[in-house]
Order: sequence, then C-alpha cells, then structure tokens
Amino acid sequence: MIVMKDKYILAIESSCDETSASIIKNGHEEIATVVLSQMDTHAAYGGVVPEIASRMHIENITMVLEETFRKSNMSMDDIDAIAVTYGPGLIGSLLIGVEAAKTLAYIYNKPLIPVHHIAGHIYANNLEKEMTFPLMALVISGGHTELIYMKENYNFKRIGGTLDDAVGEAYDKVARVLGLSYPGGPLVDKLAFEGEDTYDLPLPLDDASYNFSFSGIKSAVINLCHNEEQRGKKINLANLACSFQNRVVKILTKKTMRALSEYNVKNLIIAGGVAANKGIRNEFIKLCEESAINLTIPSINRCTDNAAMIGAAGYYAYELNHFGDLNLNAKATDELN
Amino acid sequence: MINKYCNNTFFFAIIIVVIMMEYKITTRNEMETIEIAQNFESEKFPNMIICLNGELGSGKTIFTKGIAQALGINETITSPTFTIIKEYNGELPLYHMDVYRLDGNTDGVGIEEYFTKGGVVIIEWADTIKDILPSERLDIKFKIVDENKRVLVLVPHGKIYEDLCEAVL
Repeated sequence: MIVMKDKYILAIESSCDETSASIIKNGHEEIATVVLSQMDTHAAYGGVVPEIASRMHIENITMVLEETFRKSNMSMDDIDAIAVTYGPGLIGSLLIGVEAAKTLAYIYNKPLIPVHHIAGHIYANNLEKEMTFPLMALVISGGHTELIYMKENYNFKRIGGTLDDAVGEAYDKVARVLGLSYPGGPLVDKLAFEGEDTYDLPLPLDDASYNFSFSGIKSAVINLCHNEEQRGKKINLANLACSFQNRVVKILTKKTMRALSEYNVKNLIIAGGVAANKGIRNEFIKLCEESAINLTIPSINRCTDNAAMIGAAGYYAYELNHFGDLNLNAKATDELN
Repeated sequence: MINKYCNNTFFFAIIIVVIMMEYKITTRNEMETIEIAQNFESEKFPNMIICLNGELGSGKTIFTKGIAQALGINETITSPTFTIIKEYNGELPLYHMDVYRLDGNTDGVGIEEYFTKGGVVIIEWADTIKDILPSERLDIKFKIVDENKRVLVLVPHGKIYEDLCEAVL
C-alpha cells in the first residue's frame, strides 16, 4: 500500500490591499492564515483610505510570515513548496510577495509555484468542499468579472469576462452617484431589498457572447439621476438600487446559466468578494435548485483576498509540476488560461 | 518701488493668460471620443502623459480605449479603478491609471516611476494627485452635456504638448 505523504504549501498573496500568508495541507485543509489588511493599519487615521503602498507590504510581509509560522507551530522544514500570487494586480504590491517567495524558495531550496489570483479565488471553494469537475466558475469582485470553464483540476478556460467595469466596481460607482460612501457596493445590495424595480434601466450587454459590460448601466444610472434632478424630481434611492441590482443579477444569471447548459456542466462555483452580494446569491441559489445544478458559494471570509486560496490552488499546481524559477516576475495584467 | 512691483505683476499675469491655452471639442457620441483619442495616438511620443478628469461616465475610459486600439493593443481595456494601474504592451507600452481610490495618498505607490518608463501614461482622476504630476503634460477635462454628447476641454502644459494639440486639433 502506498501511503501518500501529506503536502504542506506555504502561500503568499499581496496583489492589492491585503498582505497575507497561509499554510495549507493537501490543498484543502487550512493550518494557519494571517491577513493584514492595510485598511486596518490606517483605521487609526480615521479614514477608510485604501493605502495600497508597496511600502506597507514590505513592512507587513515578514510580520505576516512570522505570525503564520507561530500560529501553525511549524517551520520552513515542514513546507513542501511555496506558492505566490504573481498577477494580476498592482505591480508594486505583487512584487513584494513574489520577491519574498523567491527569497524563501532560494534560501530553503523549495519549489516555487506561481499562482494566478483568479485561480486562487476559484480554489477558495476547495477549502470548504472538494471541487467536482467539470465545473463553471463565475468570479465576481471589485476588480474582476470572469466566467471560467474547468474541465479538470487546474485546467482553466476563460469563456468570458467584463469588457469595461467589474461587477463590484459598477456597484461602487453607482453607490458614488447615489451619494453613498465608498466602497458602497454592499450598501446598494442592502438598499435594493428595501425598494422596488420601478426605474427603466437597460439590460447590460445582452448578446450571444459570455462577456459582460457594466459601464453602460452605470452611465444609464448617472443620466437618470441628472434628468430627474433637472426636472426637480427626487430619486428614490431604494428603488433605483433595486432596479440596478435586478439588471445586474439578470444578466449574470442569464449568461452563466446559458454557459452551464451549453458546456453541459452541472457544477457551478461563485467566487470573489461580490459573491457576498445577497441579491446575486439568492437568485443563483433559486435558479440552480430549479435546474439541478450543484452550486457552491464560499462563506464570506473565503470570498475576499487571502493567501489560503493561493495555497489551495498552489497544491494542485504542485501536483502537476507547474513550477516557476527564480526569474519569476510579477505581472500587472494577465489572463487566466 | 510699489509701482514697479505692480507693473511686474500685471505683465506676468498677461503672460499666464497667453500660456494657458485651452481647446474645446464637442463629441456627439462615444465613436467621436474614440476618434479624438486615436488622433492623439498618431502623434505619440515616449513618456506622453495625458491626465483625464471628469465625473463618472463622462468618457475617460472610452478615450483610453481609443488610444489603446490605435496603439495596436489587442487586450480589452478594462477599468483600472480597483488595481490603480494596468499595463499593456503595444507599439509603446500603455500605463492606464485610475488614482481615485488613492484619495491623494501617493506615497510609495510608485506612480512617478511610470512618467519616465518610455510609455504612454493615462491618468484618470489626475486632479486628485496634482502635487506629483509632471509640469509638462496634457490635461483633458470631460464634461457631460447630455446622454451622448461630451465637451472635452484640453489644456496643454509645456511646448511639446502645445505642439501636440496644434498637430491634432
């Protein structure tokens, strides 16, 4: 009998606002994760200004790594490989993680595994429930809107994505127009449940592709606000939030459900920060029940950026020998394929 | 003495008025905004810096799409609001930024490094980081007239950008 040795991946993620490290066992078991949000660091200044300075990542990274090892009671000797987000993201921030991972890989002579940020978001699901293939993954966040088809483990085919604004961003921008604080996406979701769908907004990019476009509906909301203002009419914020949310939910579900049927896939994963949106969540739960689709939405704390998801994805990359070398560079823009 | 000082100020004020050239263009739809952007691309030079200001939905990203297309970039230009900076490879590299989220806090982000990297730099919401912008640049203000119509107010700073505007407009 062959006894499989447990594999421990040390993962590092620093693609945008958060500095995070994690140790993941066999791709699905979280041993320890530390996330240091730079927003926390600056809460003391009384603002919610996302300080994304790479300088902050530099100050945080060693602290985060130390804390991860302390929490896990492990040392570098127990680690089989080091996974790191190489992109996409803010280049200065990514570089800190990549350099830290390369340095550790070099000093301790461990394999280095470059992981795409979106792959991480998808594999966050594996920490809660083992992923079943083939599957469709809808990744929705402040920076991304992607529809990814996976035939098997670590095989990604991007079948569509946003042509302009990401879903989360459209929410935040509409919130800005409605005078809500930034980032106001979650507030729009909340308001939507208090209103009715009374405003005539267009359904965004309702075509035969799997691409999304949210810039048009954003402009439609802006125009509507201007026009009503000129007529001296007051906007009903809850109704506008509801009308906007309904269109977004409609197009997301419409294209995703069509992709499931066209690719003959029975498993759907929703990932990324906007998976926390109740309007989107509820509608997908309903539709998937009706169509006997096996739907997985990770819990909220798994939806946001953290290194645990990178460790989960990194394990499968490791199993398939997707290694990087010490020339690994951070990439600001890169499609998952 | 006081008289002389006043005269100087007066003289100086006149010069400022002359230097601050301003061009106004009206575009009737997105296509026309893209065409204007493409005209600028054809006169490109390394380290060209274009600062875009104007409210949400006024056409800043559309303008950038026009430049990118003309630079031969095949990738879709998506909004950089979340990641602050997106980089693309074309005939010249394109550095597309949205500095809104920084709220003026540019310390250590490395924005300035992009001004001399040899690419075309487009900065949305540039007014929020005025302190670190190079003195030579092109400012474009986007104003919404109605659903489709926009007024673009172009202000070149420095000889090279004045010539650019002359060549394009």
